[in-house]
Amino acid sequence: MSNKIGVYVCHCGTNIAGTVNIPELVEFAKAQGDVVVAREYKFMCSDPGQALIQEDIQKLGLDRVVVSACSPLMHEPTFRGACEKADLNRYLFQMANIREHCSWVHVDKGAATEKAKAQLAGAIGKARYLAPLIPKKVKVNPATLIVGGGIAGIQAAIDIADSGRKVYLVEREATIGGKMAEFDKTFPTLDCAACILTPKMVQVGQHPNIELLTYADVEEVKGFVGNFEVKVRKKTRYIDEEKCTGCGICQEKCPYKTASEFEHGMMKRKAIFMPFPQAVPKVPRIDPNTCVYFKTGKCKACVKVCEPQAIDFERKDEIVDIKVGAIIMATGYKLFDAGKIAPYGYGKYPEVYNSLEFERMVSASGPTGGDIKMKSGEKPKSVAIVHCVGSRDRRHNEHCSRVCCMYALKFAHLIKERCHEATVYNFYIDMRCFGKGYEQFYQRLLDEEVRFVRGRVASVSDFALDESEKGKLVLRVEDTMVGETRRIPVDMVVLANGLEANADAAKVGRLFNISAGKDGFYIEKHPKLAPVSTATEGVYIAGACQSPKDIPDTVAQASAAAAQVLSLMSRGEIEVEAATANIHEELCSGCRVCNTMCPYSAISFDDDKHVSRVNDALCKGCGTCVAACPSSAIFAQHFTDQQIFSEIEGVLHDVRA
Amino acid sequence: MMLKDRKALFERDMDLEFMKEVHGIPGGDAIKRCIQCGTCSGTCPVSWAMDKSPRQIIAMVRAGMRDKVLTSNTIWTCASCYSCTVRCPQEIKITDVMYILKRLAMRAGQKKAKAAQVFSKTFTDLVRRYGRNQEAQLMTRYMLKTNPLGAIGFAGVGLNLFRTGRMPLGAKPIKDVQGLRRIIDRAQQLGGEG
Amino acid sequence: MSYIYYPGCSAHAGGRAYDESIQAIAPKLGVELKELEDWNCCGATAYMNVNEVLSFSLTARNLALAEKENKPVCTACSACYTNLAKTNVYLHKFPELKAKVDTALAEANLTYNGNVETKHFLDVVVTAIGLDKVKSLVKKPLSGLKVAPYYGCQILRPLSGEKDPENPVMLEQLLEAIGATPTKFALKTWCCGGSLMGTNDAVALRLCRNLLMNAVEDGADVIAVTCPLCQTNLEAFQPRVNAMFGTSFKIPVLYFTQLMGMAFDMPDRSLGLARSIIPLTVRSKPNPEVRA
Repeated sequence: MSNKIGVYVCHCGTNIAGTVNIPELVEFAKAQGDVVVAREYKFMCSDPGQALIQEDIQKLGLDRVVVSACSPLMHEPTFRGACEKADLNRYLFQMANIREHCSWVHVDKGAATEKAKAQLAGAIGKARYLAPLIPKKVKVNPATLIVGGGIAGIQAAIDIADSGRKVYLVEREATIGGKMAEFDKTFPTLDCAACILTPKMVQVGQHPNIELLTYADVEEVKGFVGNFEVKVRKKTRYIDEEKCTGCGICQEKCPYKTASEFEHGMMKRKAIFMPFPQAVPKVPRIDPNTCVYFKTGKCKACVKVCEPQAIDFERKDEIVDIKVGAIIMATGYKLFDAGKIAPYGYGKYPEVYNSLEFERMVSASGPTGGDIKMKSGEKPKSVAIVHCVGSRDRRHNEHCSRVCCMYALKFAHLIKERCHEATVYNFYIDMRCFGKGYEQFYQRLLDEEVRFVRGRVASVSDFALDESEKGKLVLRVEDTMVGETRRIPVDMVVLANGLEANADAAKVGRLFNISAGKDGFYIEKHPKLAPVSTATEGVYIAGACQSPKDIPDTVAQASAAAAQVLSLMSRGEIEVEAATANIHEELCSGCRVCNTMCPYSAISFDDDKHVSRVNDALCKGCGTCVAACPSSAIFAQHFTDQQIFSEIEGVLHDVRA
Repeated sequence: MMLKDRKALFERDMDLEFMKEVHGIPGGDAIKRCIQCGTCSGTCPVSWAMDKSPRQIIAMVRAGMRDKVLTSNTIWTCASCYSCTVRCPQEIKITDVMYILKRLAMRAGQKKAKAAQVFSKTFTDLVRRYGRNQEAQLMTRYMLKTNPLGAIGFAGVGLNLFRTGRMPLGAKPIKDVQGLRRIIDRAQQLGGEG
Repeated sequence: MSYIYYPGCSAHAGGRAYDESIQAIAPKLGVELKELEDWNCCGATAYMNVNEVLSFSLTARNLALAEKENKPVCTACSACYTNLAKTNVYLHKFPELKAKVDTALAEANLTYNGNVETKHFLDVVVTAIGLDKVKSLVKKPLSGLKVAPYYGCQILRPLSGEKDPENPVMLEQLLEAIGATPTKFALKTWCCGGSLMGTNDAVALRLCRNLLMNAVEDGADVIAVTCPLCQTNLEAFQPRVNAMFGTSFKIPVLYFTQLMGMAFDMPDRSLGLARSIIPLTVRSKPNPEVRA
């Protein structure tokens, strides 16, 4: 029990002082029992603010400190640190949130001040009964798990692996490379995507510190920062990867073809296949849905020609258990399905393509070998590129997908390059060229005489009003610059689809205990100052899974996440929050109700003594077991019954029975 | 306008109250969100007949150009097909905006409003009288008031409709036409803008 | 199955054949249509030009009367449908508007609590009655008859029973169920001009010309419509389209309910077929795509 409490009320500029009457609050604090000093200051979190606390601890011998300010999520560590520097245990500090929970959500000054008094009285009440606690130090596992093998995952993996530490790179598809592997050229330099990506892919494949787990999904994540235990399911390829040499003869001999997912159905692949020739790892997989052997029990043409005898139809999925200290989510994005916008005719007219289909078409390794041609085999004489498909649209995705203007310009350039005589139109609402060299790239396209029409395309139709429109796709659009409704007939339409979060992003995020926003993109710790970390310590995010972005920004975020991971790793150990649950063994009846209740599997059972025990490294202090225990044998440190009741009495300070 | 009278658009001449009047309809303040993408105009099946496109009208409303908006033929060319409303990426109820502009133009006694004004007045008079519309009376009265010579062109149509029994001449009021009239009067009063 | 039937002002005038054919086929479909007692004009598009509260109040009177019957309401005319459906939604969404409408309705001792469901008859046939029932009633399938499925505007916008109003399918599904062949008809959701035919006919006639052109070039024998104003514009004004644009269209325009009645082998008189200005001369023909 304390008798020397120091109370500090923060103005937070006008954030709190604008709504809460601070001097009144300070007077109120002084009138509370055991409070020996009550002060106010404009910015308690600043150096002079913290100095106030430290001086009082030393000069007045304070044994508890209460700060009434913003959210503990913001500054509890700051003030705890200030206390410890003045030799007061950090757990003897209590914070009242009169900003997020009071001044920021109320307008009535009188009512807000009364509420702040209740909050402050509660904090003082609890502070009276706080006890010192010693945080535990836990070792950090120097290995890292990276989920997603696109350019973000690849970059982060290389950065961390180069430091000498182990990386597990898990990728859902049979090869790494992600969406970037589908591109032909990249803006604004027109670098060939494959040429800059494949060396990195090879680097990852050959790096001694990177263990590649492809065609694999994460099934379970347990633990906490520095000590994660992850279960990964390696789905079976029906091929022994150790034996396979990647010679590719099995692919040649396989008699069965089906539509290639990588080529968006524009080309065929075999039932035993690699998504593309430069795949890493260079191991094919057998698709059980199309393989003749799985359907009829016959064929096995691949087995006959496989020299190392790597094919094994009985091979099962493999569960791999890995232990890591940090996790980076780099799961990328999904392309908006243009079929949702019926007026654009995607899926209805054969010459309407979405952006990834067009990328494959212009790609030298794609279905047409890089030739831009219609299904008839002819070169288009006119092509329309439609911006903002599924983006900036309340009915689909409110956000702007950031990269589409640039890749639409890229498409315009490639069409001009390969179909010299073609007329190319870009239909846009705004031209977003924000990056280095991007505006200049737009200027280049203006010079190339691409016909820019500022207007969002209303519809694409094959209805012809006269001969000039017959047999073509007519775009109806208002040219807002010129102020006229225009009908523009073209041979081919390329849609600039927006970027969305993966369909299962939120579900996958829950495995790792991170949240996704309403739009499915993962939520960063702070949008401005902490874009690659999350509210869950030890789990980071990088690339398009956080928000749509281009390759330079993706790579930058990947390296940023890697740097944060390396910072964590180089510390070697971290402090674990001490506000954990504790079981009084004398009171424990051995009923084990708490064992199953614990969401973190932090409680184990001692068969000899017939009592339960909390592993305070795993315990998150959620309090579930405390409430569940029928013998009241468990108490939550820093949240004891006495502390909580005292806090409640404080909050109800002005209520008479 | 003569060249000597032309000048730039002065802010002092802009009428921002105009925009607020449009905000007054249910869902009307959504026009604040317009990003001028032009989808409405590109979709509108009759935009080719308008002197200002629907998008331009919204831009002009936001700029406060009351007179230019209310004297445009746009609002009278609108067929209320709602195509713009379902395609607008900002979910602005553009057709409803056209309706309020029609009402404001009629209130202001705009000349272009005349034909539609007569049509609406004829229509509403009939409904007030009978509780239901009477097509034959509507078309004849309207034609005679607005375009008596043009009525000749409609004669052929009218005759065909009459011959096939689709142009009844009589009409009978509904039972509670008095109640309806009371509703009409009260609603008109509550509706304010007249 | 029982619905309150809201006929609309065209029912005994321009849209007479629509009303006749609906009333004729309803009993066969097993649906009881009880005409809304003492209904008034829904306001069409004319009232919105005058006064918004008045327009909603006028429509709401019908909803208030229907609410007493405790049955869902179906209408044939698309403009009536849109007015009833839109009024329902707006009264729910905008309490200020509802308060004013309530005050107006009180003048006739009426209240509306927002509990009436409104559907277009096409929606009733396809989703409530179901196409299986329709198919079971077909005695003379309209085989080989190419029908342009014309939806128009207000059955789809701003509210509709379709999954995707940009890509409606109900009318085509119905036409197939009665044995006809719906044509592609790219302009099937395009506007016919509506009341512009009265106030701005040059514009409306051009819209109708495009519609007729598209229907004819797709090889349609007849255009199926869901709204009496569309029917009148496309049929009664077809000669005027020809006069203005030098075209020579002569394509019949029938209500989907008339086509249904024909497939059910019901007498022409009962379906109002005599009221067509451009009569349908062929009912079915050997389908060239079907091999003998």
